[in-house]
Amino acid sequence: MEPIYLDNIAGTKPDKRVVDEVIPYLTEKYGNPAAHFYPLGRQSYNAISNARKQVADLICAKNPENIIFTSNGTESNNIAVKGVMALSSKKHIIISEIEHYSIQNPVLKMLNDGYTFTKLKVDKNGRISPESVASAIKEDTALVAIAHANPEIGVIQDIESIGKICKDKGVHFHVDAVASCGYIDIDVERFNVSTLSIAAQNFYGIRGAAALYIAPNVKLKPLFDGGFQELGIRSGSENVPAIIGLGKACEIAKNEMGQYVPEMKRLRDKLIKGLTDQYDFLHITGDIENRLPYHVSFWVEYIEGESLLMWYAQKNVYCASGSACSSNILAEDEEDLQASHVLTAVGVPTDICAGSITMSLSKYNTEEDIDYVLKVSPEIIDKLCAMSPAFDPSKIKK
Amino acid sequence: MAAGPYSDTVMDHFTNPRNMGEIEDANGVGEVGNPSCGDVMKLYLKVNNDGVIENSTFKTFGCGAAIASSSMTTEMLKGAKVEDALKLTNQAIVDALGGLPPAKIHCSVMAEEAVEAALKDYYTKQGKDASIVDNMKAEIKKDAE
Repeated sequence: MEPIYLDNIAGTKPDKRVVDEVIPYLTEKYGNPAAHFYPLGRQSYNAISNARKQVADLICAKNPENIIFTSNGTESNNIAVKGVMALSSKKHIIISEIEHYSIQNPVLKMLNDGYTFTKLKVDKNGRISPESVASAIKEDTALVAIAHANPEIGVIQDIESIGKICKDKGVHFHVDAVASCGYIDIDVERFNVSTLSIAAQNFYGIRGAAALYIAPNVKLKPLFDGGFQELGIRSGSENVPAIIGLGKACEIAKNEMGQYVPEMKRLRDKLIKGLTDQYDFLHITGDIENRLPYHVSFWVEYIEGESLLMWYAQKNVYCASGSACSSNILAEDEEDLQASHVLTAVGVPTDICAGSITMSLSKYNTEEDIDYVLKVSPEIIDKLCAMSPAFDPSKIKK
Repeated sequence: MAAGPYSDTVMDHFTNPRNMGEIEDANGVGEVGNPSCGDVMKLYLKVNNDGVIENSTFKTFGCGAAIASSSMTTEMLKGAKVEDALKLTNQAIVDALGGLPPAKIHCSVMAEEAVEAALKDYYTKQGKDASIVDNMKAEIKKDAE
């Protein structure tokens, strides 16, 4: 059978129309967009200008000049966080305890250089209260960085309320929208964001292109110095084919989200209901209401996440685990195996190391895919429960 | 080359675990946990009157490497004399599994510890002091050096 791909949070299958758009830029249209004085270069320049407009349209940025291209979400997040702090005289940063590593790690590294930070707590569903942001902001706060949605537990934050607070207090507001872009409406004006990251691979573009929206009047110190590409914020030759793909992916999302998102939600809800009906010791992680339309994440008592993940793979269902045991399997020693900070934040017990499984759907998944996952899940879970020394067989609910 | 981070032997023992379950009339049972990641392994032994391990089974809460290490350990124990069981090192388990990723070596250590724990239970049930196992283990280590 064809594998059922439910790890779209790790990157989607590119849309065929994106690939068709990209290929000429790998074959005939290979000019450097900085080479303005002959048609081959100018063609590339015009193409990435068009992509910039397509990105701006999707996230409701008035001026495409406020978009710069980067190579991935991590780079966009690093440029924003480091770029803001390097030019600010203020030293305090606010993030949440469930931020992605590409936000958390740059911030942690800065603590050595005299910066301080506040890590906001989330509730048991992974939500951040806007009031907690308001009360954490102090005179010395330069930056608030909160993801629009969390890739591991699917929870969507109240970005609009947080944005308003930041605007009122005059604090830079960075939003990592990598997990949400292409699935939830983004409006940089209405959200009052200062900077916002998106990445092509998460919504049917190809790997290697991402973007950073930078609001007018926001100044960032570049990470690289070079030939002043991308307004000098991101010097270095642009990855033209991937950028063309990102633009096309934005255009498709803008036109078609209204069609594919409701269907993804329906399949997501069917999967959540099917799984939770099967076992009362299977727990969904993350908020049910404020949830990415493609996101299902859960953990099962008595069962370790990696063994679940491996069994799903054996059954041709490809998903992801936030389990300590598989998060960094190529690490050199066991000290590097850490329980996911996101899971511990929402109360998944670390003492039993029960990793969460994340199944992230794409617009290509079908009803049959979901039915198949619901068919094989009890086979896998029963097998692993039978093997678990902690499991009491009388608890199996059929 | 294996299609993932684990060897083909690990995958085989993970997907088709040998000797999974309990032994009702086991006369040696050891349960050990790994505090670093929460894995738990319970090992059951049935030792006959000649001091031979007739049967060995396991129940394990843990990752792929923990399950495969448990399964392999029971296979290696079956038919062994009790006093030889302690000679089973974690390295021997790793070798039999065709290797483990460095971060997963602790799973094989857990299996070795489960054997010790099960044998302590066995000797206790035979009316002996459990420390006999520690002494035997120390002897084995000395011989190896």
